[in-house]
Amino acid sequence: MTAYRLPAGGLIDRSHTLAFSFDGKSLSGHAGDTLASALLANDRLLVGRSFKYHRPRGIVTAGPSEPNALVTVGSGVRRDPNTKATVAELYDGLVATSQNRWPSLAFDIGAVNGLMARFLSAGFYYKTFMWPAAFWEKVYEPLIRRAAGLGRTDLSPDPDSYEKSWAHCDLLVVGSGPAGLAAALVAARSGLRVILAEQDFALGGTLLSETTRLDGEAPYIFARRVLDELQNSPNVTLLPRTTVFGWYDDNVFGALERVQKHGAAVDAVKPVERLWRIVAKHAILASGAEERPLVFGGNDRPGVMTASAAATYANRFGVAAGKAVAIFTNGASGYRTARDLAAQGIGIAALIDSRPDAAEAAPAGVRLIRGGSIIDTRGGAGLRGIVADRGGFEDLIACDAVAMSGGWSPVIHLACQRGGRPVWSDALQAFLAPDVGAGLVPAGAAAGQYRLSACFEDGARKAADIVEALGRQAAGFQAPVVGEEPDPSFTALWHVPGAKSKAFVDFQNDVHLGDLGLAVREGFGHVEHAKRYTTGGMATDQGKLGNINAIGILAAMRGVSPAEVGTTTFRPFYTPVSFGALAGTSVGGHAMPVRRSPLHGWAARNGATFIEAGLWYRSSWFAKGEEKTWRESVDREVRSVRENAGLCDVSTLGKIEVFGPDAAEFLNRLYCNPLLKLPVGKARYGLMLREDGMVFDDGTVSRLGEAHFLITTTTAMAGGVLSHMEFAAQVLWPQLRVRFLSVSDQWAQMSIAGPKARVILQSIVEDDISHAAFPFLAAREVRLKGNLKGRLFRISFSGELAYELAVPAGYGEAVADALMRAGLPHGMCAYGVEALNVLRIEKGHVTHAELDGRVTPDDAGLGHMMGTGKADFIGKRLSNRFGLTAADRAQLVGLKALEADQEMRAGAHLLKDGAKPSTINDQGWVSSACFSPTLRMPIALAFLKSGRERYGEKIVVWDRLRGVETMAEVCHPVFVDPDNSKLTA
Amino acid sequence: MASLISCPHCGTRPKEEFAIRGDATPLRPSSMASDEAWHDYVHLRTNPRGRVREHWQHVAGCRRWLVVERDNLSHAVFSVTDAATEVDR
Amino acid sequence: MRYSALSIFRQAFAGNLGWKPAWREPDPKPHYDVIIVGGGGHGLATAYYLAKEFGLRNVAVIEKGYLGSGNVGRNTTIVRSNYMLPGNEPFYEFSLKLWEGLEQDLNYNVMFSQRGIINLYHNDGQRDQYIRRGNAMMMEGVAAELLDRDTLKKMLPFLNFDHARFPIMGGLLQRRAGTARHDAVAWGFARGADRHGVDLIQNCEVTGIRRENGVVTGVETTKGFIGCNKLALAAAGNSSRVAEMAGLKLPLESHVLQAFVTEGLKPCIDHVITYGAGHFYISQSDKGGLVFGAEIDGYSSYAQRGNLATAEHVMEEGVTMIPGLSRVRVLRSWGGVMDMSMDGSPIIDRTSIDNLYLNCGWCYGGFKATPASGFCFAHLIAKGESHHVARALRLDRFERGFPIDEAGAGTQPNLH
Repeated sequence: MTAYRLPAGGLIDRSHTLAFSFDGKSLSGHAGDTLASALLANDRLLVGRSFKYHRPRGIVTAGPSEPNALVTVGSGVRRDPNTKATVAELYDGLVATSQNRWPSLAFDIGAVNGLMARFLSAGFYYKTFMWPAAFWEKVYEPLIRRAAGLGRTDLSPDPDSYEKSWAHCDLLVVGSGPAGLAAALVAARSGLRVILAEQDFALGGTLLSETTRLDGEAPYIFARRVLDELQNSPNVTLLPRTTVFGWYDDNVFGALERVQKHGAAVDAVKPVERLWRIVAKHAILASGAEERPLVFGGNDRPGVMTASAAATYANRFGVAAGKAVAIFTNGASGYRTARDLAAQGIGIAALIDSRPDAAEAAPAGVRLIRGGSIIDTRGGAGLRGIVADRGGFEDLIACDAVAMSGGWSPVIHLACQRGGRPVWSDALQAFLAPDVGAGLVPAGAAAGQYRLSACFEDGARKAADIVEALGRQAAGFQAPVVGEEPDPSFTALWHVPGAKSKAFVDFQNDVHLGDLGLAVREGFGHVEHAKRYTTGGMATDQGKLGNINAIGILAAMRGVSPAEVGTTTFRPFYTPVSFGALAGTSVGGHAMPVRRSPLHGWAARNGATFIEAGLWYRSSWFAKGEEKTWRESVDREVRSVRENAGLCDVSTLGKIEVFGPDAAEFLNRLYCNPLLKLPVGKARYGLMLREDGMVFDDGTVSRLGEAHFLITTTTAMAGGVLSHMEFAAQVLWPQLRVRFLSVSDQWAQMSIAGPKARVILQSIVEDDISHAAFPFLAAREVRLKGNLKGRLFRISFSGELAYELAVPAGYGEAVADALMRAGLPHGMCAYGVEALNVLRIEKGHVTHAELDGRVTPDDAGLGHMMGTGKADFIGKRLSNRFGLTAADRAQLVGLKALEADQEMRAGAHLLKDGAKPSTINDQGWVSSACFSPTLRMPIALAFLKSGRERYGEKIVVWDRLRGVETMAEVCHPVFVDPDNSKLTA
Repeated sequence: MASLISCPHCGTRPKEEFAIRGDATPLRPSSMASDEAWHDYVHLRTNPRGRVREHWQHVAGCRRWLVVERDNLSHAVFSVTDAATEVDR
Repeated sequence: MRYSALSIFRQAFAGNLGWKPAWREPDPKPHYDVIIVGGGGHGLATAYYLAKEFGLRNVAVIEKGYLGSGNVGRNTTIVRSNYMLPGNEPFYEFSLKLWEGLEQDLNYNVMFSQRGIINLYHNDGQRDQYIRRGNAMMMEGVAAELLDRDTLKKMLPFLNFDHARFPIMGGLLQRRAGTARHDAVAWGFARGADRHGVDLIQNCEVTGIRRENGVVTGVETTKGFIGCNKLALAAAGNSSRVAEMAGLKLPLESHVLQAFVTEGLKPCIDHVITYGAGHFYISQSDKGGLVFGAEIDGYSSYAQRGNLATAEHVMEEGVTMIPGLSRVRVLRSWGGVMDMSMDGSPIIDRTSIDNLYLNCGWCYGGFKATPASGFCFAHLIAKGESHHVARALRLDRFERGFPIDEAGAGTQPNLH
């Protein structure tokens, strides 16, 4: 365990030291480090524990595919569990903690699982823990749950904010390596609007860790020059720290920008992460290629990493993975790593090449073993040596790190997210992106072009194609002169034969060679079955590293080609995305917009308690003086309305104004009741049905002119009814000459109800509203004192003499105040929706508590409204179905509690007295209930099988859920003023 | 389609501005049509795999009902037309 | 071979080399008594119960992909029986009772975890709906509990009680509800069916339904013609496509539903919780990932993938319900094709064609129904009559006017 910071080199700022901590220990790194490179520089190789066996694990990669180096970053309420140390940008004050270990990373009790490994083979849990049955929830499952999982969250609220943005471009380039830079440059010079997104905090991709010289200089210098030009192009947006995580329909890309995840202090004005939705005419996928691990015995010991990671740490971060690094390769890449490490003065214990006939030469002084392999590793939580197999001879080679190279896989994730399946290439021994059309084109290493020269050429050419497809002239790009490049070929080695200990395929989930063998033996050889049975590829890296080897191993075991095995499905997200970023700002109190009535201020001034009603806040009740409970207030308000008068805000009702020569015909087809003969100046109650014969909504229809109607809807269905009408007008009957619009927000509407309503109202209305001049159901424009025009409707929900007065919204509060002043001597009060609800229950009027989408007009006692003589209306034909006319349907009834102190609540069911509770015996349910201050007893509206034949029956109101059973008498649902004498007074 | 819809009146807009109702192929029968015809209209769907015609409404835009013709496997859109124009056709 | 702690112990010392395949891979026979189209949860369960409970063993399950490749391996694993309507509640309770003995019955641990489901409510109307539902459950003898805000605060302190647009008022709890390991359910039924002699034929797509004199005689497949006395369709999102081969038009639309899983976390959510001011539901798998989802995307789709806007909306609901989810990272999203019916309830029935049986319309609630769906479908196929808990799930209920509309949303499938 002797990783260390090299004395010089790398793209880090050695003059800028950053302090951080890992598991409480204070450490330091430099600006430009990742957490992983800084940990390595501090010789911290053990950084995590695996999922199942709790094996000690180190850093395997230098990028977003990292399976092992997952830590919790941050503290307090700003903790981010499962953060990949390999992409976490180091900052001053970073606090990192290891995960999935107890009591400590070095000594983890869970590691006992490793000793039990032979009992814990793939899918073992499907085969046991079944006896005794009760033990699963009590004993086995809690143990499994505790052992599983990785990082911890206490689900405390997040102090940070997130935001979302749309972006539009001609070309999105994903990745800023050689292909991406070439593509972006060509497109930028050709005048396209370009977005270049790079997941790393530094732009340049592999050019930052590459040593092959470009134009005789270090590649990062070339990258910097290109980036300078792009930076200065007004048509280019550079997005570092931005991961394109998803490719969606219509070439829309989802991307996550980490805005403030790289500092201890968070500026509260800015988001910590920003979600981009990028609408791209074209996109180039320049996401590079992933180096494969090799599956050999003991390949998970801390100190074993991919060769490209070892090279990246050395070249970009100035960190040596060890003092004596053994390199294990199946192709030319291992030699390049050997050359790079040697150039940095890092010791190389051996270069082991699995190909017996390899032609490459090792750097001077490096021991080369051709046709060899690693079959085991030695050491505890840190590597001390490897067992190399050399044609049957075993060699113990001391080393403190292994750099492994198993060949390359193009990163094609995004291109496969919309149903396209990867295509196997025998030549490249890799899966390539399918042809998904011109919207998304892979380029460079992502397209299997591994040489730098090919990457530049491919990126530039594909960008030029896009420029021309968009009808422009492609600008030129002079590719740099590329220094000597090794041949990128390799010979696939899916696993190393003769492993002496577990050879891991999926590091995080501890899936090893033996697990895949077991899966195949048990019939789970299909790639999806193998994944689901072994959990291989289901860890946080989603198999980015291990899946390709698993596929090769399954292919070998089944004796078929990897092409036939195929891949599992690539799905978003490429790398995990926080809930917060995906949710953005529409959360918590801002989850939905707030709507306030134009009378909200009036209600607030009068002491209203508000309650959410859909998007609205409605006044529930108006507590006065000594009143301590809502019931006291509501009872008083109800009595006041019944005895004197009350004023209630009903502005939230939907209001739709309908015009046109065919307006009457249109409405006549929308409502189930006849409306053609509704006289001008009159209102009528109306029921709309769905086409299946069930009640859709109710409200009033007022005819303000021959070709001018105003309809109201319930508060809840205002939007739904408008859409429904628009559908009817535009799709069903476009020939009808009708126009309509919602005026819900234009009018403040108040109900003035009670025996003294007329007197009070008349005091502010110029026009005569005497019974003779303004009879029940009159509806017309009136002039208020002060010359304000309003609309007055003599309609009643409460059962009292009542009016609804609508005035332009801006005048609402003034008119309500005037009415309150006028009503004061008459004992008028403000009443809220709770009192309104009691009043309407007493009167037997229905709301959506009754009209729940399963109720016909007849069920609700409104069957008489059906215009059976009408030629057509929505819902007419299916209303005749047998089931909708059956005699035993539940019908609206009233219920009176037999004892005044008994409770009845909505949601209770009904049972015949003495009947055993059962679904068969269920007689119905209570839809609305209240204490009636008028009758001085609990009453309810209910749906009861054949209810209208059962008035007088004593029935059990059965509310076992709350432990209440009440005896009630079934009655007519209208409790107050059944002959409507109050309405017509 | 599942990301953007090109409204013939308002241009290309995010899908969230639109509300989907469903299959646009069933035509409302005359009130004199048979029970079977009405059952078919209200309840039965061919539910094809491939090309479909759907009713969408641009609720957060022009509020017109549109007929979107698209592929329900690839999600490619072939055409978006105003539903009233469709009826006239 | 029988699975037990002992078998694991023995095999461990044999290098785990002695485990036998969980099922055979037979070639299709020329003729079966019953062919089931669809090797998902419901098809496999039907085969299992046909063989085990009703003595029909000359049975084949035909699957175009791999066993369990449909929605049984692509859901949020919730099992519950908290329904309101009399056409549904007895059926789902029958299913829950089967779940409670399933592992012993199958000799396969499907990790059925009765951790309880809590449906949150946010206003009086919703509370009354839940009370009606809870009482409907209790009428059927199913325990339910109404939780008030204070009780919930103690049980689920991480919920957003005080700063949400729609404050949480309480919840309805069914303790016996929970989750199960979805793939294992398919595998357990497959292994059980195989052990009773059922042929499970994978990678075999039905391309036609052969009828002679109006009677179904078999299916054309990519592996040739296979004859049968009875043909049973359990093709979920592809039901309309398969039924069309027999000239049937169904009351179904296929829609995509997305689901999601987070990175693995130590235990933090111990129940299944559903959000009442939206459609969000969440639980934590035994592996540690938070598994969640919400409503369907809403448009016709056979694509098994959804769109980003819907995913974003799901997260909005999640963070609104549990603000602490904000920093949790979502690992993967996927989509399943749902056979959305016209009333939101399923169909287990015969068809107008002799010998052709239908099991479909599960919308996005099919997983919990898997055992009862299989049992009742097997009952119907074997005995020619509906099982008493499935009598309401008729195909003709739409035409006759007996919809089972839990949502009260009418005949628009994407509203259920």
